[in-house]
Order: sequence, then C-alpha cells, then structure tokens
Amino acid sequence: MATLEIRDLHVSVEAETGPREILRGVDLTVKQGETHAIMGPNGSGKSTLAYSLAGHPKYTVTGGSVLLDGEDVLAMSVDERARAGVFLAMQYPVEVPGVSVSNFLRTAATAIRGEAPKLRTWVKEVKEAMAALQMDPAFAERNVNEGFSGGEKKRHEILQLELLKPKIAILDETDSGLDVDALRIVSEGINRVRSTGEVGTLLVTHYTRILRYIKPDHVHVFAAGRIVESGGAELADKLEEEGYESYVKGGASE
Amino acid sequence: MADVNTPSGATTAGSIEVGTAGAGAQLAGPGTGRGTAVQQPIDARVAVKPSYDVNDFPVPHGREEDWRFTPLHRLNGLHDGTAAEGATGQDKLELALPDGVTAETVGRDDARLGTAGKPVDRVAAQAFSAFEQALVVTVPKEQVLTEPVKIDVHGEGGVRFAHVVVDVKPFAEAVVVINHTGTGTRAANVELLVGEGAKLTFVSVQDWERDAVHAAQHTALVGRDATFKSVAVTFGGDLVRIHPRVTYAAPGGEAELFGLYFADAGQHLEHRLVIDHDTPHCRSNVVYKGALQGQDAHAVWVGDVLIRAAAVGTDTYEHNRNLVLTDGARVDSIPNLEIETGEIVGAGHASATGRFDDEQLFYLQARGIPAEEARRLVVRGFFAELVQQIGIAEIQDHLMEKIEAELEATVA
Repeated sequence: MATLEIRDLHVSVEAETGPREILRGVDLTVKQGETHAIMGPNGSGKSTLAYSLAGHPKYTVTGGSVLLDGEDVLAMSVDERARAGVFLAMQYPVEVPGVSVSNFLRTAATAIRGEAPKLRTWVKEVKEAMAALQMDPAFAERNVNEGFSGGEKKRHEILQLELLKPKIAILDETDSGLDVDALRIVSEGINRVRSTGEVGTLLVTHYTRILRYIKPDHVHVFAAGRIVESGGAELADKLEEEGYESYVKGGASE
Repeated sequence: MADVNTPSGATTAGSIEVGTAGAGAQLAGPGTGRGTAVQQPIDARVAVKPSYDVNDFPVPHGREEDWRFTPLHRLNGLHDGTAAEGATGQDKLELALPDGVTAETVGRDDARLGTAGKPVDRVAAQAFSAFEQALVVTVPKEQVLTEPVKIDVHGEGGVRFAHVVVDVKPFAEAVVVINHTGTGTRAANVELLVGEGAKLTFVSVQDWERDAVHAAQHTALVGRDATFKSVAVTFGGDLVRIHPRVTYAAPGGEAELFGLYFADAGQHLEHRLVIDHDTPHCRSNVVYKGALQGQDAHAVWVGDVLIRAAAVGTDTYEHNRNLVLTDGARVDSIPNLEIETGEIVGAGHASATGRFDDEQLFYLQARGIPAEEARRLVVRGFFAELVQQIGIAEIQDHLMEKIEAELEATVA
C-alpha cells in the first residue's frame, strides 16, 4: 500500500530580504485510499506544501523528509516525482501555446506509464474520461490551457488525474473559482478516482464547500506553516461555523 | 535555479484601426527589445537611393541604420569590395522543374534582370555588379503547378555572387523552394515577379554549414490581385542576412511574409524586411518567429512597413516573436510602421521577446515529462503555430523535421 510520509518539513522561499521560512515543521502521513483535507487561511503555507511536494523550483527545502513508500521524494526531480506517483492538480494551470491537449495528454501518459498507450484504447479512454467530466471533444485539439475558462482549466486538471492514475493526488484549491455545477462535476471526477481505493488524496482548500461533495477521512488545520490541529470530518464542521480566527492570531506568514 | 517569476524580456505592440480619420495622419512606431528608439528610420532607409551599381553606395562602417547590428568583419569582405576580387566560388545546382516550367541560364544583358526592383544596400549592389550568369525560372501564364519548383544550391566554398529571377506569369500558381546547403561566402539577389492574379509561394531555406556567410535581397513585385507568400527559414551559417522586400505593381495584391530561425551559439541571423505600400487596396501580413540558444547567438529582426499617401485601403500587420532558451543570447527586434494616410483598413505591429518559461516547464514536468522533452515540446509548439500557416504539407513536414533535428542537436 502506497504511503506518503512527510516528516518535520521546513521550506523557505527567496524574498527580497533573504530566505523566508514558510513551512515550519510539517508532519503528515497519507496512505493509499485515504483522503486528507488540508484547510487553512490565506498565507498559512498550505499551497507551499502542495508545490513543495511536487518539487517547484521556487521553494527550497531546508529540513525534514518526504518519503513515498520509503523512497526519498525530495531527491527526485519534478518529473521523477510525477513518475513515482505524485500528482499535483494546480490552482493556476499554465498555458502551453502550440501544444495540443491531446498531444500533451498522450506525452504525459507515455512518460508516466513508461510506454506509449495503444492508440485505439487510448483514444477511447480519453473520450470517456472527457465525457464523464462533460468536456466537449473539440477540447482535445485546443492548446493546453490557452484561453480556457477557470472551470475548463480545473476539469482539465482532473482529466489528467483520471488518466494518469497517481498514487498520491495533491489537489491545490481545485474548488476555487468554480460555480456550483462545475464544482459538482469536478468533485464527481475526484470521487471516481478515490473510489478505486488506489489513491491517497491531499485536498488543499480554503473553503469547506467542496467537502460537501468529497468526504475526507481526516481534516488538518494549517496555520503559520504547520498543522495545528487534526481531526475527523467533524473538524470541518467546526471550521465552517467558527472560521480560522482562533488559529491565526499573530502567526500567519507569506 | 532560476527565479520562476521572471519571464524577462520585452514586448511592444501597437495598432491602429482606421475608418474615418483624415488623410495625413502619421504614426511612426519604432520599438526595440532593448528600448532604443530610432526616429523615422524608414525615411532614413528610403532616402538611400537604390542602385544596380555597387559604387553608388559608400562602404558601410557599422553605424549606419542598415548595418548597425551586422558584424561587418564577419561578412568576408562582401561589403567593402575585397570579396569581389576573387569571386571564383562554385555552387552545385540541382533543379526540379515540373512540366511547363522553364529554367534558363542567361548573361548579364538579359532584359528580364533587374525588373522587380533595385538593390538597396551595398552588398546587394555588389552582388548585382559582380554576378556573371543569372538563373531565370518562368512559370507560364495560367499554368497551375501541382509540384513545387525546387532549386537546390550546394555551396562548394569560395566567394560567389548569384542572381535568380522567378517569373510567375498571370494567373499561374507556383511554389518555388530554394534550399541552401554547403558553405561559402554568398551574396545574391532574388527577383520575384508575381503576375496579375498569380499565386507564388517562395520558400528560401538557409540550411548552410556552420561557417557559411550569406546575404540576399529578395525583391518581390506583386501584380494586380496577385498573392505572394514568402517563407524564410534560417538554421545554418555563421552570418546570414536576408532582406525580403515587397512592392505592389497594382491594387489588390496580397503578401504574407513568414519566417523562422533558430540561432545557436555564435550565429548571427538577421532578417530585415520592407513592405512598401505605395498602391491602394493591398494587404500584407508578417509573422517571424525565432528561437535562440547558446553564447552569443544573435538574432536581428527589423520589419519596416511604409504606407504611402496613395495607399488607401491598406491592411497590414507584422509580428515578431523570439524565444530565448539560454543565457548569453541576444535579440534585436524592431518593428517599424510609418503611415502617410489615414484612409486605411488597419495597421499594426507587435514584437515580443521572452525567456523560456520555467512555469511551463514545471507544469509539463509535473506530469512526468522529462525536462528535455518538455523543452522540445514547448519549442516545437512555438514553431508549429507558424509552420501550420505555410499551407504546404510537404514543406511543413520538412520544416518540422528540421526543427526536430535542431532540437536534437542543441536542446540538450
């Protein structure tokens, strides 16, 4: 069973005044089949956690460890992490002009699976996954994220999640900027992947809204660069009522 | 690791859409990747009197507007007369002529030479003054070719001056491809005569060996309701300077100028083009794209569009984009637009030079795609957008293969 173990993770970014510590000792274990919601106010460092796990070059790990089934994730390049089974659905997916969605998906699937998917089954697989997310087939011929609406970008991220079948899925504010219909469609996509029982999900979110569609096994409150409280789904209800105020006094960074 | 938030570079853009403005509105829009503004540069160039005679042009010293980006010492004497003293270089020429097309080798006195326009700088005039024989390719009236005319030029060293005339008679349609390989020091004039209602796509590929020097003026005269498409592709050579020029013989002409270049370490690849709208109701569209990689890779793009007072109903746009893949490369990109009448459909230009986008790279890598493959994907996409517009499958495939080869050789 795949397990992601984050131990005492410290991460800094380069600021004008020198390095600034954003993550201050994060401890978290995510097992295959589990869903963890990371909730916290703006600037608490929860997106930094997501991007650090994926290996974004902006962030420097200054301490701690991240292991995926005992393998040192921090020693891997960005693409090695993805091939090892770490997937990050981004809050702001990047435009790649001149590269079509279909070309991109196939290139990514080839890289992740270690061999080019057989064309006929691949076309069917993509078509079905797109239909499930209510995406127009013409979408495949557009350039990656170019001119996509906010909702289209997020569906495209979840389409990749469904096709690439990671061991650990990190979803960074996937719910932000979505209307109710889009949120439902995207959540259903995430639930399809979860229902396989083969993915550990780290759901990073500011709002409790998405948790009406996706029931977490564990909820963690993130503040000032670390997890300050952990609980079950009921903790989200408490946050829904009380907000983050009791967690943020004087501690927010970023 | 590079700061991911620095898509450093420069972007300039300008456009005007005119429907009702009175005559005499003037807009000069110089812009450069480095912020050096040049006042009225087109006027300065137009003021130079074109001539067939090299002696009508002073030897450039490097400060002239036309020459300020060109490393003159690497021209192997094409600009100062010394190259002409021993012009004994040879080219191996191979022609593929579809049925009906004729190719003749003619002497300097042939009446068809020099009809598209005169040389506008000393190197082009040097070529005109020194060439011994010219190649004249004629596509007869109303002949619609289904296969391209191919002219393969393989330089076998030395200095050589060349002259080519492509004469596409009225209502004929042709694709003409000149492919340059091998090496040597070459200066040439190519005249492109596009007859009434004719269609010509002219592709010039500079696939030279690394040490070649090549300067060429491509002078097109676009006839009434004719369609001219120029595609300049420059990969090889030490110094390549291509100068496409378009003038219109009568109203209704349409010109599209596409270009792509890939400059590696130490290469100087320069494309400067002039579209002289002096005739009403003509259109022009320019898209040039380049990638640069390696120390002292240098690309120069200068696009001059002049809309003269008589050219009412003109519609023009020019666009240059550069992708800088590594440190140490340099781009000078200068779109110029000068308008002497407001009675036009539209005119605009844009220039953008940017670094390779680290965020794109991260996004692709985060999907398991290795860094080198991700870079290739992005560069391929950057050029594919342009290549798709050429409209000739065989040439598109060939160019994408060349880009692949360039990426294999250099993005590593």
